Amino acid sequence: MLQRPGAARGVFAATGLPPIVWLLALFLAPLAVIWAYSFGENRTLVDIAITGSWANYARALKPLYLAILLKSLGFAALTTFICFILGLPVALAISFASPRAKLLLLLAVMLPFWTNLLIRTYALMAILRTEGLINSGIGAIWSLVPGLGPFEPLPLINNNFAVVVGLVYVHLPFMVLPLYAALDRLDRSLIEASLDLGAGHLATLFRVVVPLALPGIVSGIIITFIPALGAYLTPDLLGGTNSQMIANVIERQFRSANDWPFGAALSFLLMYMTFAALLLQSLIVRRHAGGAP
Amino acid sequence: MPDRLSRRAFGGLAVALALGGCARRWPKGANGEEQRLNFYNWDTYTGETTLADFQAATGVEVNMSHYANNDELFARLRAGNPGYDVIVPSNEFVTRLQISGMLSPLDHARIPNRANLAPEFVNVAYDPGRRWSMPYTWLALGIGYRKSRVDGVPDSWKWVLDSDRYSGRIGLLAEGDDLIRLGARYLGHSVNAVTPAVMEEVTQLLIRQKRHVKLFHHDEGQDLLAAGEIDLVVEYNGDIAQVIAEDDDLAFVVPREGTLFNSDCLCVPAGAPRPDNAHRFINFLLDAKVGAEITRTIRYPTPNAAALALMPEEYRANPAIFPSGPAMARSEYGRFQSIAHIRAVEEAITRVMAA
Repeated sequence: MLQRPGAARGVFAATGLPPIVWLLALFLAPLAVIWAYSFGENRTLVDIAITGSWANYARALKPLYLAILLKSLGFAALTTFICFILGLPVALAISFASPRAKLLLLLAVMLPFWTNLLIRTYALMAILRTEGLINSGIGAIWSLVPGLGPFEPLPLINNNFAVVVGLVYVHLPFMVLPLYAALDRLDRSLIEASLDLGAGHLATLFRVVVPLALPGIVSGIIITFIPALGAYLTPDLLGGTNSQMIANVIERQFRSANDWPFGAALSFLLMYMTFAALLLQSLIVRRHAGGAP
Repeated sequence: MPDRLSRRAFGGLAVALALGGCARRWPKGANGEEQRLNFYNWDTYTGETTLADFQAATGVEVNMSHYANNDELFARLRAGNPGYDVIVPSNEFVTRLQISGMLSPLDHARIPNRANLAPEFVNVAYDPGRRWSMPYTWLALGIGYRKSRVDGVPDSWKWVLDSDRYSGRIGLLAEGDDLIRLGARYLGHSVNAVTPAVMEEVTQLLIRQKRHVKLFHHDEGQDLLAAGEIDLVVEYNGDIAQVIAEDDDLAFVVPREGTLFNSDCLCVPAGAPRPDNAHRFINFLLDAKVGAEITRTIRYPTPNAAALALMPEEYRANPAIFPSGPAMARSEYGRFQSIAHIRAVEEAITRVMAA
């Protein structure tokens, strides 16, 4: 039986309005302000005139900033790749585990989210630093073996290696969860059929599992790549003299440089790239859905 | 400036709790203001009992929240004062806040304890006549180092800015403005005469030196030095003095070329809800005994002559806290130049970091 149309509209308004107001007032409106700033210029230390000038974007596209953006893309791509290589077996293992183990394993994947990112990063620093857990651990074993000479601590922190370790550590759950969701929905009989019909495990993985899980893989890659591209805390705390990422430059525009218009232009450059990535994702997913039998 | 480890995480929450939340009602004092005060300060920058003592003396309860650097303070105030009564910007930011209309002038009649200030702090270039600020501490940048790992005294900026002798064991301050000014000082220019040509020269110097630098720190250089992460670090005297107290293998020197002085100052931001309490609090902090109690904890040089007189010899004669010698005569306070200058400094530092 159909409901009265008026009642349905009332229900829609009651449930839909709060999130729409939230989105408009707390997300889109501030974003629009920042967007307007990106076409402005500093008049005094506190006054920004919106002049409609493209000068901030022109400056953001200077080789200096493009090179930093490119480097950030590199960091994010490497992070995403490592997360995928590590995350796929983890997600497979979870999806094939017993229901009880599955629950515990998923909990373990999500557990880091219960701690603040800053605290986790400081914990990582305690592990990686020159006098940290890894180096003192290896040093202790080293001193037990005779004839090795003095132990030279490994350079584990304040370099690009530490940044990638930190980014992978932080973003791995973002990869594992969508991969798991996709793999868990997979029709197991297709895997059995593939194995029965003579395909090896690797062939089954790459020719059956991966194509079927493609939408999950694409979402995993996107939601790992985007936050990794905008990472700020990790390069700031774990990085060395060569680890500046674009978000660190943006942060300085809003703080020490007091140059909000330029910071806004750099942020929106990043935002446009994010939109492009999302567009790409929806194209891949749509083609995949269209091509499926 | 003081240690900031925990501040980034808790600063925001602290502000929300301190300023927003509680709908508690406050009794009014004799001056018609609520018996409370919001104090926005650096971390570890008061004595252990300072705030409680003020409450005992006046009945005014002080809510203190922290910021990590002047930029954070400026960024928070530029959208309007969210309710702070007293803030502690450094000298250059006293100028920046004042020319932006973000400070309210001080009423000297209500701050009789300003008579306790040492003469050189009474009238200063960044605030002629002290109309807007009262000095709380002063600071000098220099090199903190581990004696057993360094040959002699590294009494030149050369050892951190222009040499491979201590390659991989050097930590520089991540504050672009300070770094450029120190580089200019090393090259023989005034810290306030950084022309575009000088800036380019310093940028090239830093780019060349970068491969010998282990890290750029955010004012936690004393901890990195104490932990053995680095052996030479550009830091403030007070910060290094704190770790020297725990490890006598550490020392501090102001390089002979001279350095950049800073002074953190007590100010009342424009729109402060309780200006009279703010004046009473500033006057209280400038009291001799109160100043000595603060100084015993924070170990920064005090501009308060009356407080200094109450301090033990161990503090007054401490070469890390009060560096001496010709280097001090060659040192200057940094002055605010212009918006274009700030922008150029940031781009220079971005280039150094990206190189």
